[in-house]
Amino acid sequence: MSLSVCIVLITILFVLFVSFSKEAWSGSIALGAVLVNTGISSWVAVNAVIGHSYLEIINGGPVFGDIPIRVDALSGWFILMMNFTVLTGILYGRRYMKLYENKSGMISLHFASYIINHTSMIGIFIVQNSLAFLYIWEIMALSSFIMVIFEYKNPETLKAGLNFLIQSHICILLLTIGLIWVSSHTDSYDFNSISTYSASVSSAISLVLYLCFFIGFAIKAGFVPFHTWLPYAHPVAPAHVSGVMSGVMIKLGIFGILRMLILVNQNYLIIGYIILIVSLISGVYGVALAIVQHNLKKLLAYHSIENIGIIGIAIGIGAIGIGTKNPFLAFAGFAGALLHTLNHSLFKSLLFYEAGTIYQTIHTLNIDSMGGLIKKMPQTAILFIIAAMAICGLPPFNGFISEFLIYLGLFEGVHSGSLSITTVFILLIAGLALIGGLALLCFTKAFGIIFLGQARSHFDNEINESEPSKLFPGYLIVLFILIIGLFPQWFIRLLINPVSEFTSGITDGFPALKIISNLQSISLVAWVFLLAIASIWTIKRFVLRNKRMVITPTWSCGYSEANSKMQYTASSYVRSYRKLIGPFLIMNKKEGEIKGVFSSPIHSQTHPYDKVEAIFIDFPLKIMNKMMARVRFIQNGNMRHYILYGVVFITIIVFISLLSGVAAYLFNLIKQM
Amino acid sequence: MPGLVFILIIITSFFFTGIVIRTKSIFSGRKGPGIFQPMKDIWRLLQKENVYSQTSSFIFKIAPDIYFASVLIAIMLIPFGTQKGIFSFDGDFVFFAYILAVGKFFSIIGALDTGNSFEGMGASREALYSFLAEPAFFILMGSLALLTGYTSFGDIFNGIHFGSYISYAIGTLASFVLILIAMIENSRMPVDDPKTHLELTMIHEVMVLDNSGFDLGLILHATNLKFAMYGAIIANLFLTPGREWYFSIPIFIGVQILFAVVVGTLESFIARFRMSHNPQFIFTITSISLLIFFAVLLILGKYF
Repeated sequence: MSLSVCIVLITILFVLFVSFSKEAWSGSIALGAVLVNTGISSWVAVNAVIGHSYLEIINGGPVFGDIPIRVDALSGWFILMMNFTVLTGILYGRRYMKLYENKSGMISLHFASYIINHTSMIGIFIVQNSLAFLYIWEIMALSSFIMVIFEYKNPETLKAGLNFLIQSHICILLLTIGLIWVSSHTDSYDFNSISTYSASVSSAISLVLYLCFFIGFAIKAGFVPFHTWLPYAHPVAPAHVSGVMSGVMIKLGIFGILRMLILVNQNYLIIGYIILIVSLISGVYGVALAIVQHNLKKLLAYHSIENIGIIGIAIGIGAIGIGTKNPFLAFAGFAGALLHTLNHSLFKSLLFYEAGTIYQTIHTLNIDSMGGLIKKMPQTAILFIIAAMAICGLPPFNGFISEFLIYLGLFEGVHSGSLSITTVFILLIAGLALIGGLALLCFTKAFGIIFLGQARSHFDNEINESEPSKLFPGYLIVLFILIIGLFPQWFIRLLINPVSEFTSGITDGFPALKIISNLQSISLVAWVFLLAIASIWTIKRFVLRNKRMVITPTWSCGYSEANSKMQYTASSYVRSYRKLIGPFLIMNKKEGEIKGVFSSPIHSQTHPYDKVEAIFIDFPLKIMNKMMARVRFIQNGNMRHYILYGVVFITIIVFISLLSGVAAYLFNLIKQM
Repeated sequence: MPGLVFILIIITSFFFTGIVIRTKSIFSGRKGPGIFQPMKDIWRLLQKENVYSQTSSFIFKIAPDIYFASVLIAIMLIPFGTQKGIFSFDGDFVFFAYILAVGKFFSIIGALDTGNSFEGMGASREALYSFLAEPAFFILMGSLALLTGYTSFGDIFNGIHFGSYISYAIGTLASFVLILIAMIENSRMPVDDPKTHLELTMIHEVMVLDNSGFDLGLILHATNLKFAMYGAIIANLFLTPGREWYFSIPIFIGVQILFAVVVGTLESFIARFRMSHNPQFIFTITSISLLIFFAVLLILGKYF
């Protein structure tokens, strides 16, 4: 039996299983399904990554034609990355969902869509038939929509879910236009026809074709200004779904952009510049807005936009490397992009899981009401800080390795490229450094305010560390974060095959070897760093061994009645930053007035809003609403009118086809004359 | 011997702050303490017991260790003229910046761990100013990479000595940027005044309000080490290649002393900026390093 049929049958079987079993079992059944599908697809994917790609062709009948299933090294890399996060997602989600059991009746549906979503993501990576691809993409979008609106009784959730649904269909629309465009010219749904078509037309047309795909996939990936669905959808979804969405689902967009980069024959230099500019804006804008968020999951969602920007910068570097035939640039760029994709899926899913744990413990996501959690939940705190440092790109964790590859590419481009490349790259270097510094500000805020200091508000329930089975997926992810951070050279070897999908024309083994030796030094220094920390700690212990340790209240500069209300909050921590970038932000502020000498308590609230959303989404919608209001009389709820509309429509269609025949006849007549 | 520069920086760090303080005392007409007085203070602190806050957790206890270790590792990456540092690889200055960021990350969350509003304020400012200063360093290193065609500290400083006057002009501009970065990173004038007595106007000092004993000693000495480290980078711009150690070492020490005197002079004659003016000031450094970048482009004749 072929691979794909096997996976589809397993999925159907398990979905039926979940639907007819008890709610309490559905999590475990979903885990089983994910394990089996992961096992099968990972086996093929590992083979593909080490160089044995897989090909099978399924006959899809008269509609689809032949459906080629190709698993090359690029697909393999993405499948492995996706499988791991989906697996940790279900391990965590199984425990996370326990709290909702027998309350909503949606759990079976939720887990069924989780299984379907996993299968559809595998499908997106391997199916290379335009029509089948669109169908699978649609299944993926719908199943993730169902997962997002798990708490559908909350109107905010439903609104965010609908926003997500609409925007993912705009994405599908653009992909459909691109794919149908090609197949109408080539009479083939095979992805290979994209490359033959784009080779046959002028470079301007293939550039437009690529941009059509790029914008479509950019909506999924969350590049600015196509990101607006992301900060709504991620916070309202259950934590493991947010983790999977942010970790791997937005990477489908990255995969699409990379796949089309291989398939569409274009001017790599121009496309590289376009990607670089969009990505730089996404990176800086994402993190700039992340800092001012009060909602923990929304903060993480904006950080996904930033990381997508970083991945995009790497892709742009790689494209420029191909365009200028510079193997080092191409290798550093694409290797950085693929590695950062993996890294982001690791630390971002971990951050979302821990955010979910915090949410289930104290029932709020507002950072300003948290504080001092490290004493109650030390393990969660350690997992969170490791992920936070990794996402800031700090050594010795994995985020640094991929950012380092990107920096290597940038500095290489600065001194070996032409004037325009040098200038653009120096701006990118400054931008990337700025992103790094802003991420530091953001995650010191997040970790410091959530976990450190004293509790900022009182919670009725007792705060405890979560159970080991909920922490286990986190430790699993941390293991990988540390392995990549401390032994990066192993992973670069794995990346050689996926990267050569792009650079087959220009790369030999040389840049890879150079980078591997570089990363070996980094791994060495990282170990020395850990050793240095350990030895300083030991010396400290030795010096202080006979001294007593004094525990006193915090020194409050002479004030003796310091309390938890006097601590710095998240808003005050970023206040000077907020003032600084004021022009790029919209802060909606609600403030009560002080009335009388002995005022009653007054409240002040700030809500950050997205300026890009206000300009690109809200403003056009307002205009559209206004224009639509003029023709609203058509929608009057009268059934007879609607039937009339139908008749008029059919008549017009018939007449147009008739008239077009007449017009063509007249045209021919004139031509002959 | 690759460890030579490491030892030299450690030795310099012992008297660097002393010279700064001495310069300031001379300018203000005081007798002033000896140049080893800061070291004596640190030594005294290292022998004291630690006092911890009830609010703080293990983060607060480990933060000074990590901060100190990060500065040590950063120093190991610094070369010495033609000799490479203990560790040298392509892009090592990226690692340099990021390992310092690790230390900063921990010193910030260590400050937040005490739950003191003043320390939160200091942490907020430190985080803000360091992200503003980050691009300047990277643009500077990018320009030097462009000028020399290499991407590691060792190779860049090796290749920068073309013997032409222009490379020394760039060296001067670069040391100007580096001095300013060092002043910001170490929270000195004109961004921060270490000798201020009002917590509201402090940055770094207020972050370590709750640290005491051994921990405080580590933090204070890390500042000395950071100063000596930036001094070493500046010295590297002027170390002539191919010369023997009996030339390089005096040049190195000389540049370090000069740097310390410059810091002392700056602090004697400049008043601290208002907090709200600091971001603008810090961002101007970025524009100066952009200036260096354009100068390098001109030298290489990339404009046509």
